[in-house]
Order: sequence, then C-alpha cells, then structure tokens
Amino acid sequence: MPSSTASEPTGTGARRPRVALFVTCLVDLFRPSVGLAAIKLLKDAGCRVEVPDAQTCCGQPAFNSGDRRDARDIAARVVDAFGGYDYVVVPSGSCGGMIHEHYPALLGDDTELGRRARALAERTHELVSFLVDVMGVDAVSARYDGSVTYHDSCSGLRELGVKAQPRKLLGTVEGLALAELPGAEVCCGFGGTFCIKYPEISERMVSDKARDIVNTGADTLLAGDMGCLLNMAGKLRRAGHKVRVRHVAEVLAGDLDTPAIGEPAAEFAPARRKQE
Amino acid sequence: MESTSHRFKENAREGMANPSLQRAMENMRRGFPDKRLAAIGRLPEFDALRDRARDIKNHVLEHLDFYLEAWEAKVTAAGGHVHWCRDAEEARRTVLAICRRLEARTVTKGKSMIAEEIALNPFLEANGIEPIETDLGEYIIQIRNEPPSHIIAPAIHLTQDDIEKSFRASHRQLDPGRPLSEPHQLLDEARSLLRDKFIAADVGITGANFLIAETGSSVIVTNEGNGDLTQTLTKAHIVVTSLEKVVPTLEDAQTILRVLARSATGQDYSVYTTVSTGPRRPEDLDGPGEYHVVLLDNGRSRMLGTEFHDMLRCIRCGACMNHCPVYATVGGHAYGWVYPGPMGAVLTPSLIGVDEAGHLPNASTFCGKCESVCPMRIPLPRMMRHWREREFERHLSPAASRYGLGLWAFLAKRPRLYRLVNGLMARVLGLLGREHGGFRHLPLAGGWTGGRDMPAPEGEGFHQAWARKRRERTRAA
Repeated sequence: MPSSTASEPTGTGARRPRVALFVTCLVDLFRPSVGLAAIKLLKDAGCRVEVPDAQTCCGQPAFNSGDRRDARDIAARVVDAFGGYDYVVVPSGSCGGMIHEHYPALLGDDTELGRRARALAERTHELVSFLVDVMGVDAVSARYDGSVTYHDSCSGLRELGVKAQPRKLLGTVEGLALAELPGAEVCCGFGGTFCIKYPEISERMVSDKARDIVNTGADTLLAGDMGCLLNMAGKLRRAGHKVRVRHVAEVLAGDLDTPAIGEPAAEFAPARRKQE
Repeated sequence: MESTSHRFKENAREGMANPSLQRAMENMRRGFPDKRLAAIGRLPEFDALRDRARDIKNHVLEHLDFYLEAWEAKVTAAGGHVHWCRDAEEARRTVLAICRRLEARTVTKGKSMIAEEIALNPFLEANGIEPIETDLGEYIIQIRNEPPSHIIAPAIHLTQDDIEKSFRASHRQLDPGRPLSEPHQLLDEARSLLRDKFIAADVGITGANFLIAETGSSVIVTNEGNGDLTQTLTKAHIVVTSLEKVVPTLEDAQTILRVLARSATGQDYSVYTTVSTGPRRPEDLDGPGEYHVVLLDNGRSRMLGTEFHDMLRCIRCGACMNHCPVYATVGGHAYGWVYPGPMGAVLTPSLIGVDEAGHLPNASTFCGKCESVCPMRIPLPRMMRHWREREFERHLSPAASRYGLGLWAFLAKRPRLYRLVNGLMARVLGLLGREHGGFRHLPLAGGWTGGRDMPAPEGEGFHQAWARKRRERTRAA
C-alpha cells in the first residue's frame, strides 16, 4: 500500500502542498478510520500529510460554554501547533468553522497571536471542500454499492459553505445512488453541549431527523461531522432502524473495513462476507 | 408579564407533550420558510437590501439621541405628545393617566409586543378599563387568556380546531349549532363581534414598527386593517413603542419594509401600511382627538455600546423563530416571557436579567439558521454566546457542567496526557461496546442514552491507529 509516495498531484501543479491534519477530538476518540480516510484522500489528491503531535481539541466546547479563557488557551496552542503548514485540513465543518470563523475574533485582542490566528484561519479548510475547491479534485476512485442520503451539518454548511462539494464527489463513487434528504439543512439536534444540557429537546429533534432519513429509503446515511453522526446513528439504532451511518470521508476513500457507526460487529461481519 | 423563563426545561417538556402544539408547529415548519424563499426569490436585490437595512439601523443607533430628539420635535409640532418612560411601570401609569383623563371605559388595541412587555392588559383591567385585542391572533389568545407564543403570529401554537373550541366556549351568546369549521367562518365571527367594540371604544392603542424622525410619524403594518380602525375611531390614539424603532426618513422605513414582510410571512408587502402623524386636524375627515407616544426604554439604552448593541437593529419580523428548529420543537410559550426563539434568547436576558432567563441563550444548538435568515443580519448565535460567557463568569451555569468542562480543559491543554486518557477510553469503551455497536446506558450520559444509543468507539485512539498503520507499512515495505 502506498504511503508517503502517493499519486502525483492532480490539482495544483508540481509542488505538493504540505498539509496538517487536524484530527478532531471526536474522530480521535470514536472513529480513527475517518482520520485515516482523510489522510488517504489528501495523499491521493497530491498532498504531503502530517499529523502534528500537539493536538487535542479545537476548544469549541469551552468557547460555546462561555469559558472564554480556556477557549483562548486551547486556541493559542492550536495556533502554535499548526503554524508553518501550507494548509490545515479538518474532517469536520464544526471544528473547521471554529478555527476558520472564530479563532481570529477569539484571539484578536493580542495583536501577534491574533495575526497568526488570522493566518491560520485563512489556511484552514474542511476536508471535502478542500479537496474540491483547493485541490481541484473532481472525482474519486471508490465503489459503494448502496443508496445513500446526506445530511448537511450546520457549521460546515453555514460557516464554510460546504454543500455542493460532497455531492460532487459522491456522484463519482461507483455504484452509489444519492437520495436527497428532505430537510437536509435542518439541525439534527446535536449542538455540542446542547445535547447534554437539553437532552430531551435534542432527542426530539434527532427523532424528527431519523424519521426523515428512514423515509428516504436509503440504506446509508453520510455526513461530514462526527457529532451529528453519533447523534443520528444513536437515534437510528435505538429506534431499530438498520440504516448504516458513516462519515463521508470513509465512503470517498473506499475505506469500509470497520463496522458503520453504532453497527454491532456481528451485523457487520456477514454483510462484509456477502460483499466479498 | 410574569416570567417563567427559569422553568424553560419544564415548559419545553409540556410543549413537547402537547400534540395540538406539535401539529401547529409542524404547519409552521412547512409554511413560513417556503413562503420566505419564494418571496426573496422574486427579489434579486434582497441581500443588497438587507445590507442597506442593516446600515440604516446601525447609523441610527450611533446617533440615537439626535434622531429621537428630532423625532420628538416633529411629533410636538404636529400636535402630538411624547412620554419618555424608563420602565414598564412608568409606561403603564402613563397610559392609565391618559385613559383616566378621557374617562375611558374600553380601549381597543392593535397588536403590540411592547404592550405585552409592559403587561398592559392586566394592568388596565385591574384599573377598571376593558382592553380589547383587535388583531385576530391576539383576540384569540385574549379570549383563551394566554400570552402570545410568537411575535408576529401570536396564536401560531394553535390549530384551527383549538380556535373553533375557544370561540364556541367564549361566544356563548351565539347559536351553538352555527358552522365554524372553515377559517373564514371564524374570521367573520370575530369581525362582526369586534365591529361594535371599535365603535364603542374610547381610546385606541397600537404599537409602532417605525418612528420617522423627519416627519414625527409612527408607522404600523398589519394584514387585517384592525390597526386603522383602532386608531382613527377614538378620542385618543396612544402609540406604545420603544426607542430603537426610530429611523431618519420615510424612505429609510420603506427600505426596511421591503425586507420586513418578505422575511416575516413571505408577503412582498403587508396588506396595510399605516402612517400616523399627530391628532386629527380640522380639515381631516376622521382621526383621533389626541395623539400620544409612550416611548419605552426598559433596559434598551443599557444595551447600546455593549456586545448586545446589534440586537437593537431587530425589526421583529419573526424570521429567526420561524426557522428555528428548537422553537419548532418546544413552541414559543416554553421561552416563558414576551419574546421567544432566537431573538428572545438574546433580548430577554437583556430586559429581565440573565438570572431569570439564563436558559434561553443556552437552549440553542448554534445551528446558525437564525442568523442566516435575519433581514438585519444580527449575529444571534454570537450574542447568545456572550450571554453564556456572562453566566460562566458569574458562576450561574450548573456546577456539574463547570466541573466536567474544567477537567476536560485541563486535559485538552496537555496533549500527552490527553492522548493517554483518550486512548484508554477508546480502548475500554470500544471493548465494552463493540458487540452491540453502542451503549443503551452509560454512566454520566443518561441524558443522551435516555432516547438514543451512544455508538461505541472503534477501539483505539487516532494517534495509536495512525502509528500502528505506519508500523504495518514499514514492515510490509
């Protein structure tokens, strides 16, 4: 399997950009596969990918809880750890939006740090929009036999304009049929700390979302943010629906070696055998 | 109005358990957003107009004292009176004094959120004056003895069946066998009952969408024409409004009106736009004998120059709540005071205090839909976050969440320790959860697992997985 000797750049000519992957805390804890899929996609697009050691979380939980001091401290560390790369790429619109939209204002009081935060913000992108908009990727070489529906996560959609890019690439996955989700732009009710502070409201919101997902008849739900995916997968499972839930990067990378999110290992194994 | 904002969670639970409310909210979810999209689709310059509308209000707020004084001078010159009121109590007493002097027994009212804010109706009733709401939605909730649940559609929490029941219960003088199953039958009944009230009323009270500095006028928009009858047939027209409603010119109001109805109901324009300047002049065919403006501050001037300054641009269109998934889930009454939804989540703590209304800015997923549809481009999520900061600074947020957040932040600043703990959690939770794919119960996450599973982690942290993958490649090579 190729590692650092990935395929030639498809997007930006001879020089291969040096890209830092911001893994995100939820991918780190719940689903490393998403990070590995992101690395594969970036390499296939002609990037040199590094994973800076000193990363933990973007600080959004503190920021949205009103804990500005901790949010600033954590943001300052991210600015330190991720300086010096051509791009920073994040497999999440939420964490990407945090760095891109909120870091400059959060760190803006301090001139030098604020300047560096602005520079980082300009170089930071959500994964799929980076592939399409910056690297010029217009197709992936992957296969997925199934009908898929797609949820637009709020921050990616409204802070970063991620909407057409995942659909464009999913359209090039062999065997994949996309069934659009009615209300795809309506929040799933995750909302970070919201789902902990107001679990009943959050649960009702994700119930509505699960109903819409099931009504599409798709066998797979994709999205670009682990928070929303955990929420929707958890609800679909509890309600007894067998819709498979994956991060869009896994399908684009053809990285389907792990059970879907929330899928029991026992259900996954026979499905794999059948596919093989 | 007595606030129940501190009971937001209980209120929300009641709303979610109310099937009639849920049906009504489903109708709203399908209605307003599509109508707005269609309306703005017909107006290519809509976004440019939003910028202009925002700039007009920003300019006014920078020079609020100047425009208010200019406006007052014009009101006075037209024969009207301006009553500056610092708070709800002063505003109520001012209205009562005018009514008493005119020996008013009944007052008709056009729709006014400021009247709700100062709890005018119960105050007038307690002082022997009967207030009669003439906006259909307000009339419905008045006979049901309920507060509004939405700033432009006060009875949106009700279905047609609910309204029919209320009419039958309230209008006992009418034939119990009359048909009321069609919307127009409900409308006709309310209209015929209100007609006599308009004629009998001594004083008419309306709100104002705009105050015009260049002319001293007040402007209201309605879809029923009830505001016009309210204000022209009486001895006095009292406008109850607040100080951020002033704009420099009629042209400016016109610009904002072009985004208002489109954002609110998806109409190109409201059915009636009424401009009122002073009392009836000798040559006028009709009009009120006196014209008063009760101008309320009630905490707004304190917002100037703070991180909540931009909220004063709000034109009360309701687009933020029409599009809010939390509002659509719990209904407007859950917010517990006059202003619900995203705009209420910012404004209510400013007006009645964050101690009372602390839930409201927290009860948002920050999905950003409200800001994306706000015609005045008010950064609502950002301001809700500012309220959360104030709560955090004052230790108003729950101790358990502060403690959890503190522990998490401690780890997040120590990458090596974080990686160790994260890897352990991934391993343990992965092992325990793999078989079933997730957890039906999880300590400390009861809220989450109450209604949904917590998917299990794959079983190792990313950094461990990445290191393993690289080792495997090296070996393979």
